[in-house]
Amino acid sequence: MLDLYLYNITNGLIIGAFYVLMALGLSLILNLSGIINFAHGGFLAIGGYFAYTLTPTIGFWGALIVSPLLTALLGLVIERLLIRRLYGRDPLYSLLLTFGLAFIFQDMTRYIWGAQGLPVSVPAFMGQPLSSQFFFITGYRLFMVGVVAIVVTLLFVFLRYSKVGMRIRAATLDLDTVAALGVNVRVLRTFNFSLGIFLAGLSGVLAGGQLGLEPTMGDNLLMPSFIAIIVGGVGSLTGTLLGGLLIGVASALTSIKFPAASDAVMYVLMAVILLVRPRGLFGEEGMLT
Amino acid sequence: MSRIGVKIGRRTLIQAGAAIGALQVASPFIIRARGETPVKIGMVDPLTGVYAAPASNEVMGAKLAVAEMNAKGGILGRQVELLVEDSANDVGTGVQKTRKLIDRDGVNFIIGDVNSGIAQAMAQVTNEKHILHIVSGGHTDPITGTDCKWNVYRVCNTTVMETNSISDLLFKKYGKKWHFITPDYAFGHTLQKGLENNLKRLGGTETGAELTPLGTTDYSSYLIKARAANPDIILVLVQGGDMVNCLKQIVQFGINKQVAVAGAQQELESLEALPPEARVGNWMFEWYWKQPGVPHVEKFVADIRKVNGGKVPTARHWFGYTSAHTFGLVANREKSLDAVKLAKALGDFELPPEVKLQPNKVYYRKGDHQLMTSAFVGEALTKGKDDPEDLFRVDQVVPGDKTAPGETETGCKLQWPA
Amino acid sequence: MSVASLPGSRAAAQKPLAAVLVWLLLLAAPYWMPYLGGYTALGTRVLVLGLAAMSLNFLLGFTGVLSFGHAAYFGLGAYGAGLALKFLTNSTPLALILGTLLGGIAGAVLGALIVRRRGVYFAMVTIAFGQVFYYIAFQWSSLTGGDDGLRGFARQPLNLGFTTVDILSNGEAFYYFVLLCFAIAVGLMAFLLRSPFGRTLLAIRENERRARFLGIPVELHIWLAFVISCFFIALAGGLYALLNNFADPRGLHYSQSGDFVIMAVMGGMRSFWGPLLGAAIFIVLQDYISSITINWMSFIGLLFVVVVLLFPRGLLGFLQRGSVK
Repeated sequence: MLDLYLYNITNGLIIGAFYVLMALGLSLILNLSGIINFAHGGFLAIGGYFAYTLTPTIGFWGALIVSPLLTALLGLVIERLLIRRLYGRDPLYSLLLTFGLAFIFQDMTRYIWGAQGLPVSVPAFMGQPLSSQFFFITGYRLFMVGVVAIVVTLLFVFLRYSKVGMRIRAATLDLDTVAALGVNVRVLRTFNFSLGIFLAGLSGVLAGGQLGLEPTMGDNLLMPSFIAIIVGGVGSLTGTLLGGLLIGVASALTSIKFPAASDAVMYVLMAVILLVRPRGLFGEEGMLT
Repeated sequence: MSRIGVKIGRRTLIQAGAAIGALQVASPFIIRARGETPVKIGMVDPLTGVYAAPASNEVMGAKLAVAEMNAKGGILGRQVELLVEDSANDVGTGVQKTRKLIDRDGVNFIIGDVNSGIAQAMAQVTNEKHILHIVSGGHTDPITGTDCKWNVYRVCNTTVMETNSISDLLFKKYGKKWHFITPDYAFGHTLQKGLENNLKRLGGTETGAELTPLGTTDYSSYLIKARAANPDIILVLVQGGDMVNCLKQIVQFGINKQVAVAGAQQELESLEALPPEARVGNWMFEWYWKQPGVPHVEKFVADIRKVNGGKVPTARHWFGYTSAHTFGLVANREKSLDAVKLAKALGDFELPPEVKLQPNKVYYRKGDHQLMTSAFVGEALTKGKDDPEDLFRVDQVVPGDKTAPGETETGCKLQWPA
Repeated sequence: MSVASLPGSRAAAQKPLAAVLVWLLLLAAPYWMPYLGGYTALGTRVLVLGLAAMSLNFLLGFTGVLSFGHAAYFGLGAYGAGLALKFLTNSTPLALILGTLLGGIAGAVLGALIVRRRGVYFAMVTIAFGQVFYYIAFQWSSLTGGDDGLRGFARQPLNLGFTTVDILSNGEAFYYFVLLCFAIAVGLMAFLLRSPFGRTLLAIRENERRARFLGIPVELHIWLAFVISCFFIALAGGLYALLNNFADPRGLHYSQSGDFVIMAVMGGMRSFWGPLLGAAIFIVLQDYISSITINWMSFIGLLFVVVVLLFPRGLLGFLQRGSVK
């Protein structure tokens, strides 16, 4: 029995790592710009599709790097053309606009690549379990966790120590002062948005190896990301990180006794947090309320 | 989907400031024989959303059937039009589009929906309006069972038929301990129940069942439990995108090397969405394109390839094709468009070889309006031998009336209008 | 401040005229709609979803609070009415009342939990809570039918004592029944908005801090507005279940909420009839476009983007700009 629990905790951490990647991108955008990006799932799908199209030419590893960059580029264009006009406005408008974008993305991916799911293979040496006892730890999932770990570390280091990173953090807390200090806030926001979308694209590439590649693939991943942010605390990236891992583990543990409720437990967690500690585990009071 | 042949005559173009007035119908695709009103078939399917792939394939099949009918003179000498509407996988929309097709466009027949829930809601409308309705791709048993209606017929298999077709083979080949991975909705529940009944009959044991929410992306926790229960077979009952996710993960975990993988319904759409190494398991198909020696199949495959970018037809194409042709066949035979008359005539109606496209006798059963179509039982292939799309090896083709429960066992009690 | 909502202004004087026009159009709808390519069921749908959008707007446009998960209460109303008709009663009006109560009470409970939050955070929380109900409807399949939806009920003929009105098979009769319910709900809404309570909501929308300084119990008012809007939207949900003879989880999904919001915004959040107009435009457009092209989702998405960027005040807001100031 203990085995089962240990397995599921490990498994939950692996699943949670993936949620973290998605949720961090969403969180970055939310914190700095106050935009709830409903199209995040759509960007994820696009990242996966770019990888699919690029793999025959530049291989799995090439696609892994190039596809998120391309997706980030798309994000940059969208930010400059559309998202930029939403800053400072009622959050209603960003919700509606990104909502509409999500529709367009789903339709365009279906139009360009077709409704039929597309086969995605992972490199052969990765598509195997480590051992027959720990069969759920495959090379690919370890790779995914590894990528997430590296990216998250890089992200945190970047935000902590680099100039741009510091500016982003400062702007999250007080945009006006940062602007008054002479920082080009517009460029900063564009960069931040693209960074968030880069993470979405990367999630998409990684997801393709585990899930089927089809236009609606991002839909089921949006809600867990939201919940990770609410549970971890709006405004805190560390919170999002822990929130993602927490809901992954909770979901896996619940599936032992109550499999039908393994998705519900995320919502229960969220409800509990909202009742007991509304700002989230690591949230700061006053953030975006 | 584009609508072929919208009539302008009945409605006047009205100058109106409101956007409503400005939206008038002037479809560029008007195909009308001069001087005749066409016979209209309305088709409602979820062309956007998670079922977009099977739905658009069904529509493609129906379109081919309509083209063939028109080439031979149509229905009762009149051209046939197919009006396609998107139900967007939403019941309200599906019901609304059905009403639109019947009230505004005056269709004579209705086909739809892939989504069983929407199909049933549509059936209420078509029943109320006395329109002959064929459910092409919705599998839930009550449609030709406890919820059967005099004006509704169904082409695709019931879940009980599917499970009856494959259980014996699985039991003999792999063993008696079965574990289920079941999608948590009516289709999944009845599929599991059907398999359980067979298992009991054969004297096997169930080691457990994992009820997975629809749209689950990560099956690892369920597979951990399934593996721990040590079954002979893991039966994967999830469909569509869920099937793809689950099988991918099963193979990555190497579970298929230790335990047999099988299930009931499988579709070519799912196998094509899987990477080659994940195309494993024993399944049943509702129709398969490679049937050497069976008349007319090759022509059908060639015709679909022409409009499908070179790809072969799937069972879904065949569902749409059969549904549309059924209307033509029965209407031309009875020389009538009257729904009640045609519904009665379809009872025990046998499909001709060029429509049934399979070896056994295929007919609509009178007592429950279910098409007695065959089950193609076999095994998934990693790679096609001669054709990249030959991903399934058919071992048996079991006739429908052998897999279907007796008419009285389905719970169907048809009520005809006075 | 939208001057149009104050009595005594010129714009306000135009309001009765507008109202009369609207009611005339609605009363005669089954007759003029077919000429424009419409059909009665489409009109009924516009009424039901228009009522939902107007209910949401009670909160969104008149109190200034963004809820993006209101479809949950809409769906609860639908399931409530459906379950009532299936298991409890043969009376359609009673089923409607029960559905309304279910959605309204859920709104009351949940509203109390989240009323302290504002802005983006409030919106996120409403989305998440909405999804909880979607999830419950999806999973509790023994009660709700799960993904297949709740079936096995149908709107029953109305027994008025002296006559029976067959709203089941007669599409026009059902349209007028819905119109009656719509009229009652809308009348109540208008009454509330014109009352001192309604004025207070406007004050909160315009400047919450100032309202607080004036001693207005802001949270209580927001909660009340939330609850009232939930009751109305649950009524709309019940009517929707009657329209389809079906209730399904997708009616609870945040995409349905998104549709209601865009209807309100498209028509004009600041005006009473705006959401109805928005609903009419949105539904008719969607109905029309989805018939001509499979890529209708791109067009609808584009519509969202265009409305947000170019017509944030909606059609009526756009037109009203001329008459105000």
